[in-house]
Amino acid sequence: MKVVEEEKVPETVAVQKTMETMINQDKATLIFATSFGYFDPHMLRIAEKYPKVRFAHGGGMWTEGKHPRNAGSYFGYIDGGQYVSGVIAGHMSKSKRLGFVAAKPIPQVLRNINAFTMGARSVDPSITTRVIFTGDWSMPVKEAEATNSLIDQGVNVVNCHVDGPKVVIETAEKRGIMSCGYHASQAALAPKGYLTGAEWDWATPYGMLVEAARSGKPHLNFLRGGLKEGFVKMSAWGAAASPKARQAGDAALASMKKGDSIFKGPLKDNKGGTVIPAGTTLEMTNVELEKMNYLVEGVLGSIPS
Amino acid sequence: MDAVTTVLIAVLGGAIRVSTPFLFVSLGECITEKSGRINLGLEGTMVFGAMSAYAIAYHSGSPWLGVLAAAAAGVGFGAVHGLLCSLPRVNDTAVGISLIVLGLGLAFFLGRDYVQPTAPRLPSIPLGSWSENPALRAALQINVLFVIGLALAVVLHWAFRNTRWGLRVRTVGDSADAARALGLPVVRTRVLATALGGCLGGVGGAYLSLYYPGSWNESLSSGQGVMAVALVIFARWSPLGCFRASLIFGGASSIGPALQAVGIQAGYHLWNAAPYVLTLAIMLIGTSTSRATIGAPGELSMTR
Amino acid sequence: MGSTPDAVVSARRTPPPSEAVLRWVVPLGSIAAGLLAFGAFVLAIGHDPTEVYSTIYEGGFATAFAWNNTLLRAAPLILAGLAVAIPAQAGLVVIGGEGALALGALCASAAAVPLLPTLGAGALLAGALAGMAGGAAWFALVGVLRAHRGLNETITSLLLSYIAIAVFNHTVEGPLRDPSSLNKPSTLPLPPQSMLGAIPGLDVHWGLAIGVLACAVAQLALSRGTGGFALRVAGGNPRAALLVGLPVGALIVVGCALGGAAAGLAGAIEVIAVHGAASASVLAGYGTLGILVAFMARQQPLAIVPVAILMGGISAAGSLLQRRLELPDATTMVLQGLLFVAILAGEALLPRARR
Repeated sequence: MKVVEEEKVPETVAVQKTMETMINQDKATLIFATSFGYFDPHMLRIAEKYPKVRFAHGGGMWTEGKHPRNAGSYFGYIDGGQYVSGVIAGHMSKSKRLGFVAAKPIPQVLRNINAFTMGARSVDPSITTRVIFTGDWSMPVKEAEATNSLIDQGVNVVNCHVDGPKVVIETAEKRGIMSCGYHASQAALAPKGYLTGAEWDWATPYGMLVEAARSGKPHLNFLRGGLKEGFVKMSAWGAAASPKARQAGDAALASMKKGDSIFKGPLKDNKGGTVIPAGTTLEMTNVELEKMNYLVEGVLGSIPS
Repeated sequence: MDAVTTVLIAVLGGAIRVSTPFLFVSLGECITEKSGRINLGLEGTMVFGAMSAYAIAYHSGSPWLGVLAAAAAGVGFGAVHGLLCSLPRVNDTAVGISLIVLGLGLAFFLGRDYVQPTAPRLPSIPLGSWSENPALRAALQINVLFVIGLALAVVLHWAFRNTRWGLRVRTVGDSADAARALGLPVVRTRVLATALGGCLGGVGGAYLSLYYPGSWNESLSSGQGVMAVALVIFARWSPLGCFRASLIFGGASSIGPALQAVGIQAGYHLWNAAPYVLTLAIMLIGTSTSRATIGAPGELSMTR
Repeated sequence: MGSTPDAVVSARRTPPPSEAVLRWVVPLGSIAAGLLAFGAFVLAIGHDPTEVYSTIYEGGFATAFAWNNTLLRAAPLILAGLAVAIPAQAGLVVIGGEGALALGALCASAAAVPLLPTLGAGALLAGALAGMAGGAAWFALVGVLRAHRGLNETITSLLLSYIAIAVFNHTVEGPLRDPSSLNKPSTLPLPPQSMLGAIPGLDVHWGLAIGVLACAVAQLALSRGTGGFALRVAGGNPRAALLVGLPVGALIVVGCALGGAAAGLAGAIEVIAVHGAASASVLAGYGTLGILVAFMARQQPLAIVPVAILMGGISAAGSLLQRRLELPDATTMVLQGLLFVAILAGEALLPRARR
């Protein structure tokens, strides 16, 4: 089995051409499209043109009946991991103020902010999270400024959802603040302050997709999983995490691995409205959650419009 | 800490932190343009400087060696620009753009392996240790390069007015014919001025990767080098003006995040454009029909 | 001073045959020199230059498929190049194409979608016109600031470009956002079947033809039309132009506005032919690459087309270089930079001709 990679493909028609060259020149039979903007219309168009090739998109919303059968989307419920990060952060934050540097206010990011906050507030309901949006996925200067602004406001744990958490984590470490990581482990960057982080384990869903292709089974169209299925994992608890925090983190992790959902009612948003009524639990897989457009109670800030 | 104080401290911090790369690049370009040449290519030089500083600092363990490497790379790029522009009928704006592409391409190409590792950082002077306010203390963490940049601005201001070197550069920049009549080596002066400009541009880049934000990746600069060149025009080709312009620009860059920190998130894209709006507004207010290109070196192709 | 100013005389003179030949040979020779320099670079990094050259050829120019890829990538660069080249005729260095392109895309989407039910295919035309208007208005501002306040157009166009992009992002994520575009904020989309189609026989949208047409029109207007002539005189020697009675201020504004219209049209085409809606995907750096294309083409509209195709081919080949030889994407930037430097150095060899 051969793997061919291409980076820096802009989210324009160039993607279609790249995929076509991979099919025509490299004889690819399974294509992973890993940037959000590749899905619609680009990947869908090529999927229709080449029905024998399988396409898997990270993060997209494959819909039965609307999209071709040889296309599909996969994603991980990394917000489950952010919840566990929040539990640890909640134990460790003396100022009861958490900070979050986010790129854009889209549902996947909002889910992470909310999960982190909910995890912390499950430890202490007086904890708040302050959010700053930088405007784009990779803006090192803005990310550093945002981190500094948050710390100036008394935040003592920062988390983030940007393409490269390195700047946020290193800026926090320089100022002696604790941090939670994202995407992969940044423990090496912040030996003193790193608590834990929510990491992807893409090998799991990729393995499932490749296996299905190899054995000729039908293509997995809508693949989702979280801590339970092994799509997501946690970084090892950092040196800064206290024994009590670690215990709580272990418990939260165990509960997530069992399949518990964090979206249990009653859940209020930060404007006073109720988003999940009492007695209702939304499973992590619930598609409604992928349309999230609110910030939960305890998040200081609003979705800019 | 109330909202207004927060924003003010953030602007102060930004004026010091974010301004330094602009300061170095604009001072370098100031020297180059005083000699009658435009080097738009400083964007490429700055990014290449950032990459080489990071790489050398990582391998050698010394951030200052990294700065030196960036300075040397800058001299190289500047010299290439100067020499190319010395050829007859070569347009210096075009050469600048070609060197942006080449500089960025080489920087990204050679810098691929340095995105993950961590390099040692440049030190800072805690000028705010007297304060009890942690935000103020952080804002007044002044990097040595900022101090060097300020000193450079003062020295250049004095040098352009009072030294033979300054007079020579200005004459070459104002009128090549007059310079030749006086027996001044026009081409050599310009090439050296451009090389010196490139050197400072490289150091500006080193600051980005070795201090603030303190990391290397491909989105480190989003046109800061070109912006810094533009700031020289805004500053009317005065070194102290470059210092002021960089402070304004750096301070305004912190407004967006600071406002969000105190709860104002609406229109965050627009607030992030504050430095550009402010620069444009100041330019509009500060000029009238006749005064705009006063101070421009006569030989500068852009203003002829 | 004499009867006619120098700029006017040189603009009318037709070059002698040997000079015309040199004007072709030198650029081609420069390209060859640039390729050789690139080969040396490739050797220095431990790859086989012939392998790299052949991969570039295969990726960009060897098959019909490669050509389609190349032309597709070249299409937006043509208009983006015009956005720089037209004001350059008036002596202006305007580098804010990225912002004007973004605004053009926004205006096109805002105009085309609501008009689709009533106008049908005409809505696409409305979108294109709206895009042109938006871009033109933005660059006209640059011209006005230069003509009436003397503000340097390079810095103002750059500042306005950043401001335009901020407005674009704000509007796409806010007021004009399509509520169902959750994880990728976009404006309301055009349905795929209503979008601008492909040129028959090619896999490229009509935007390519529009760009080529625009260049042809621009070249004709500049070399034959009185307006174009006036623009060039104003750019070549403003004092002479004023003496001859040309309205230099108005010419500056018009020159900028036309450049802005080209950038706005490029943005509009991205919406009506490629994406169907305005989103962050439109900000793909075409405006910036357009600066490179225009300067490499020495601001000559007709030369923009082959230069854009060359750039498109190199970027198409970049794909293959990554996948076959595991070279990073930045390799193509190095090639483009070296080619550009070579072409500029070659300029020195050209006989003294009109600027």
